[in-house]
Amino acid sequence: MAMTMVVTAPARAAAVRKVTSPGGVEAWLVEDHTNPLIAMQFAFVSGASQDPSGKPGLTYVLSGLLDEGAGPYDSTAFHERIEDLAIDLRFDADRDYLTGSLKTLTKNADEAFELLRLALVVPRFDAEATQRVKAQVLAGLRRDANEPNAVARNAFAAAAFPDHPYGAPLKGTLETVAALVREDFASQHARTLGRDSLKVAVVGDIDAERLALLLDRVFTGLPAKAELAPVADVVMAGSERRVIDLPVPQSVIAFGLAGLRRKDADFVPAVVMNHILGGGSFTSRLWTEVREKRGLAYSVYSSLAPSRHSALLFGATSTKNERANESIQVISSEIDAFARNGVTADELDKARRYLTGSYGLRFDTSTKIARELLQAQLDDLGMDYFERRNAEIAAVTADDVARVSKRLLDTAKMLVVVVGRPTEG
Amino acid sequence: MTGATLVEKGAETQEAVQSGIAYSEFRLGNGLEVVVIPDHRTPVATHMIWYRIGSADEPRGRTGIAHFLEHLMFKGTETHPAGEFSRTVAELGGEENAFTSNDYTAYYQRVAKEHLATVMGFEADRMRGLTLTDAVVDPERDVVLEERRMRTDSVPSSQLVETMTATMFANHPYGHPIIGWKPEIERLNREDALSFYRRFYAPNNAILVVAGDVTADEVKALAEATYGKAPAEPAIPVRLRPQEPQPVAARKVVLADSRVQQPMLQRMYLTPSYSTAKAGEAEALDVLAQALGAQSTGRLNKRLVLERKLAVSAGAWYSSTALDDHLFGVYAVPAEGVGLDELETAIDETLSEVMRDGFTDAEVTRAKTRLVADAIYQRDSQSSLARSFGAALTTGLSAKQVVTWPDAIERVTTADVGKAAHWLDKKRSVTGFLTGEAA
Repeated sequence: MAMTMVVTAPARAAAVRKVTSPGGVEAWLVEDHTNPLIAMQFAFVSGASQDPSGKPGLTYVLSGLLDEGAGPYDSTAFHERIEDLAIDLRFDADRDYLTGSLKTLTKNADEAFELLRLALVVPRFDAEATQRVKAQVLAGLRRDANEPNAVARNAFAAAAFPDHPYGAPLKGTLETVAALVREDFASQHARTLGRDSLKVAVVGDIDAERLALLLDRVFTGLPAKAELAPVADVVMAGSERRVIDLPVPQSVIAFGLAGLRRKDADFVPAVVMNHILGGGSFTSRLWTEVREKRGLAYSVYSSLAPSRHSALLFGATSTKNERANESIQVISSEIDAFARNGVTADELDKARRYLTGSYGLRFDTSTKIARELLQAQLDDLGMDYFERRNAEIAAVTADDVARVSKRLLDTAKMLVVVVGRPTEG
Repeated sequence: MTGATLVEKGAETQEAVQSGIAYSEFRLGNGLEVVVIPDHRTPVATHMIWYRIGSADEPRGRTGIAHFLEHLMFKGTETHPAGEFSRTVAELGGEENAFTSNDYTAYYQRVAKEHLATVMGFEADRMRGLTLTDAVVDPERDVVLEERRMRTDSVPSSQLVETMTATMFANHPYGHPIIGWKPEIERLNREDALSFYRRFYAPNNAILVVAGDVTADEVKALAEATYGKAPAEPAIPVRLRPQEPQPVAARKVVLADSRVQQPMLQRMYLTPSYSTAKAGEAEALDVLAQALGAQSTGRLNKRLVLERKLAVSAGAWYSSTALDDHLFGVYAVPAEGVGLDELETAIDETLSEVMRDGFTDAEVTRAKTRLVADAIYQRDSQSSLARSFGAALTTGLSAKQVVTWPDAIERVTTADVGKAAHWLDKKRSVTGFLTGEAA
């Protein structure tokens, strides 16, 4: 079958332009007037890594409180306004960022951006709402307490990043969340949401001029500069296997190695390496060996997880307790073989074809395009990234993959966390 | 049951523009129905083939065979050995997957539009050409058992819902889990899969949905050249499942498990679906689910969470797209120190109030606004649109019903919603308690 390598940029992202408001707020915009809707995604450098010592969960709960009453509206009035206009407004927090997403019909854009402004700039943190949201987070923590994947996620972070904010539980603990008070939220809000770290992406039925006006209205009420606590760069701790006992028939196995930061010169070769190892669903080596040949698991994957201050090559699978150790052995030996032997020319060719050919699939909805525009800003990749990206993948050679796999794939350093009741074998 | 209106073979492709969604539908000579939903914003196509066959169509004692077959459909044909289809999709930069429900099984690929012909060729080939050996069937059975352990056996809340569903449907096969009961999955074999396949996988039991940067004429030509060659199966059985009698007694299921640290209450009611409801009734149930269950503004949240502080969250859902009568649900997570019995009483009081007094116009308008806006938001996603058409057409609805759905929602009145609430008669329900305490 004759196939040409696709190295063109996704057409819709190539139309990206930068909008700078009179007040100095920047956004990347892709105009698209096909449907009467606007999608916006934005992020502040903040996140759980800014939680003060002893208060894990603070930023996560804060993200849930922003739309629970703001400005003139109490929580109920705010939500009724949102629903009456059918606006989608969500906030979230991960380890590095506090993020938000807004989706609105064009006809309601002014009101939607005004509600966003209120939530970001003048959240109320009313006692009723604070108590209620804390209770919801606590219920979630209790639900996750014996959920094997959540247990594995937290245990992995704690083992990989001892004595670093990345090792603390993102959503906090029953004790720390219960102890949070209004002053915690107010000061965290005032301290971490600054315009200096804000990145904004907008896609849809809006032109640059109107967007510039709305950007100023929403964001200029925030402090120009956040007061962020310094977060140290960190390399994950490995060379360990932890088993956490849980009475379930299947063991969740999380495994990881130090990965590469996004700006590392070998990051793109690492993307190709990971695709062949465990990134490509239905075709990767781990998929073939663990699932297809042995029927050990429904899902098995590896992924690159760069963050602002560290980087992981992280993977997971779930296998019945009786065969959990067999799964770990198969995964380890595949990683070893990869480091020893590299990849074949055919594997490399197929990986590059997939990674370049599938890039356009990330750009078929407004929300997905906005997500890509935001990530490229957070990673500081430049506006020409969407046009460069496929050429960078296409240029990766077998030597590049061999080099990066020798750098990363050392199973002696692997951290493995098993949650379940794996039996000997 | 609502009759699907279909353009007969040979008729001109019709392009309907209603509620902002343009689509075409036609039928091939071998009975394959085709729906095309153009979206020219990006050079991508979503290609889906839907079979009118799901877990509720399985033979007794063979639960899970529809889903197991879905897995085995990736194991190769006479023309293309195992793995070739997936490898090709990957090389083309495509994405693929498949899913099984009570009423349908679907396979899809998302590719750059110039590769549409290739994936259609492969998909048409495996419509009739599947080959299976024990060497591929045996490990895949283990994969499905791991999938069941992951989704159900390790998750008490999933076990509760599975048990409640089995309790609700005493007669209808909706009562068994889509993935199957474990002892029956363990016994499924190659012959079971092939006989199920031969019986149900045929062009006259399938619907092709293509969304994306395509025209109806292009798709028609490609469909004729690929699926058009697949022979029809004259003996496709009519989908007459054992029906659920009208329930007469409230039932209760308690799952007590020491792993549970956060108790929860679930309830489900037997209700009409879009296929079985009288005109306008399913739409009213959709609005009811929203007015009752919306996260922050719904009536349950208002009474249980905000006012009485008995729950930390509460909501409702309506499983509307089903060939036979299906489910309406409500749920609540109790506040600390609140027992599930107390919570249940409060839910019953809220539902009684709704049945007695209905909703305000403001509540109903707010609910309708959200449902209609979500339909507009959905137009942004070609794969989500394709799914809506496929799910509708495999459960007895027409394409026209998909595109006119927002208009039908707009027509729902406050009185209609109040009337729909009468389906929430406790005699029609199963209540589930998830608790960490010994029962």
